[in-house]
Amino acid sequence: MPDQFLYAIEVMINGLMTGVLYSLVALGFVLIFKASGVFNYAQGVLALFAALTLVGLQRGQVPFAHLINAVFGTEVDHFPWTLPSLIAIILTIGVMILLAVLVERLVLKHLVNQEPIILFMATIGLAYFLEGLGDIMWGSDIKMLDVGLPQGASRWVESNTKWLGGEGFYGFFIDKLDMVATLVAAILVISLTLFSQYSKQGRALRAVADDHQAALSVGISLRFIWVLVWSIAGFVALVAGIMWGTKSGVQFSLSLIALKALPVLMLGGFTSIPGAIVGGLIIGVGEKLFEFTIGGMIGGATENWFAYVLALLFLVFRPQGLFGEKIIERV
Amino acid sequence: MKLRLATLALGAVLAAGPALAELVIPDLSYRTGPYAANGIPFSDGYQDYFTLLNERDGGIGGERIRLIECETGYNTEQGVECYESTKGEGTLVYEPLSTGITYQLIPKASADGIPVHTLGYGRTSAKNGAVFRWIFNYPANYWDGASVAIKHILDQEGGDLSDKTIALVYHNSAYGKEPIRTLEELAKKHGYSLTLLPVDHPGQEQKSQWLQIRRERPDYVIMWGWGVMNQVAIQEAVNIRYPMDHFIGIWWSGSENDVKPAGAAADGYKALTFHNLGDDYPLYDDMRKYVLDAGKVAGAGDNLGTALYNRGMYAAMLAAEAIKTAQDMAGTSQITRAQLRDGMENLEITEEKMAALGLPNFGPEFKVTCENHGGNGFAAVSQWDAAAGEFKLITDYMQSDQEVLAPLIEEDSMAYAKQNGIEPGCN
Repeated sequence: MPDQFLYAIEVMINGLMTGVLYSLVALGFVLIFKASGVFNYAQGVLALFAALTLVGLQRGQVPFAHLINAVFGTEVDHFPWTLPSLIAIILTIGVMILLAVLVERLVLKHLVNQEPIILFMATIGLAYFLEGLGDIMWGSDIKMLDVGLPQGASRWVESNTKWLGGEGFYGFFIDKLDMVATLVAAILVISLTLFSQYSKQGRALRAVADDHQAALSVGISLRFIWVLVWSIAGFVALVAGIMWGTKSGVQFSLSLIALKALPVLMLGGFTSIPGAIVGGLIIGVGEKLFEFTIGGMIGGATENWFAYVLALLFLVFRPQGLFGEKIIERV
Repeated sequence: MKLRLATLALGAVLAAGPALAELVIPDLSYRTGPYAANGIPFSDGYQDYFTLLNERDGGIGGERIRLIECETGYNTEQGVECYESTKGEGTLVYEPLSTGITYQLIPKASADGIPVHTLGYGRTSAKNGAVFRWIFNYPANYWDGASVAIKHILDQEGGDLSDKTIALVYHNSAYGKEPIRTLEELAKKHGYSLTLLPVDHPGQEQKSQWLQIRRERPDYVIMWGWGVMNQVAIQEAVNIRYPMDHFIGIWWSGSENDVKPAGAAADGYKALTFHNLGDDYPLYDDMRKYVLDAGKVAGAGDNLGTALYNRGMYAAMLAAEAIKTAQDMAGTSQITRAQLRDGMENLEITEEKMAALGLPNFGPEFKVTCENHGGNGFAAVSQWDAAAGEFKLITDYMQSDQEVLAPLIEEDSMAYAKQNGIEPGCN
């Protein structure tokens, strides 16, 4: 096969893998929007906060150490222990659940029946607050995140695909971390789908998503559902934070990954879990193939804007996104 | 009544008089936001050096230094706000630590008559002091960096680059595009082919660029990155098993923050620098005694000796030396901004001076003049030693290719002068 064709396939495969990483971020947005109609501006910061907490716990860092030292004149820094990754992940999930409870108690509870734009504004405030809190708790240095995930080119794939091309072809490049992310995303989507279809809480969640008033009238606690959905979104944010944090270290720009999720949401729809995955895959492949085929001719760096162009194209024909629910309002 | 009048008069004098017995130095820092990890060590180094002068020497020339820190978040609008809100305090010289902020401050500071120093960033053609009367960018600028990178590659390749390919991976912004013209001109001179690979802000996703590098296998990769773009690029280079000793970053891609996330695999990565690294200098003994141990550090005190801390400290040292020069020239310790500009235009950094400051061989020797606000364009190459966890200098300081750069600077600065109606001159 001609090398150029093989390179296009390689770009496509990597686009799919990158798309999965985008989807991991988009999933968190979808979960909260589906259950409460709130576009959670803080989702990217949730991923950052979760990753910061995970590394902090792993390293045995004393939270708020800088503040404690400044106020009490102490010199605390680290506990005399470090934690295994699994324990640190479990504890971080606990922290994210606690955060969900606090968000519901301190913010959402007071905004019941408010316009969606008010709730959106509240999440903007929450995003900046969490960013500051993360900084004060764990510091703003760049932290290495190692939970034992493999990284780098898969030599097995490389050596077993090298024969496909000529002498200049090195075999397909596939990052092992991307492979893990794909597997994790698949497990997440299946689990979330099973949860929402077959568990009592999942059915309650869908009922709230369909109609708040009707759900309340049959005794479903809106507050519990909000805590539940923010907890799940916190867990998804932790997964996204681990994947992206492993690639680049945990740092405050991690919150900007939310920008990559927006075109995915526009394309896949704000209310569909499979939509977030399919949207991510289309955006990932689309932007990478465009950069590969056209990018070089027009100066490169096309991926950011092309993702939005692609999403807008889909919006023109399906305003609710590929898998979003069509909203019909009767007057 | 008399008491009230006296109080009012004293208040008026204090409010109006710029000649308070202190030197006001603003620190436009960024301790929050996506780039905080880089902004903090620079700001710590910048402030700690001035604190050391206050604590050990009682300031500069007997005048204590008053630092005003203002958070920019590496945001241009916030940076301009910081400038506007602090200039009324009698600030002497600005170090904006952002090319974007610098571009906004060039016309403002020129109109206000306030010196701006941009240490290894900002507008390269500001080197022409006859046009940019208040802007300084010594000891080296981006074009010097690009040229020194090529000089190093020439050294590695025995002086012949005729069949070589070099890729530039750059932040797709005014900053990242700075070296392109220089690299293109040098490509004409040395015969290498240049591939340009822009990366969009913030640079968290670079798969396309590194797949292209894997396909085309350029002989060398030069990087003009900042923040997360650096860490991701180095990790992607590791992933495709690109030889790290053929990967050279500009000095803003050469801090410990950039290489540590990739772990041991980043070993051998190279970065340019215009100052030395580590903390093995006599000055650090004083820094620990008068600042760290006295609990007067600007930050957490855990950045001493890192690349960006040293850079901040170096920037402060150059500002302090310019102030001393200005005080000597003016014959007074309470200098004005115009006198400081004169001091900066007569700044000379020699090995003797650096050794006397406790920083022997810390940076290149250079001299500033009215026509040359950029120094002599010397930079060196450092290499990351992952086992030791530090960058080490692997070359001497090399001068950039002035034959190529001087006409480019002349052309760009004169175009700016024409656009802005500036009559170039040193009077």
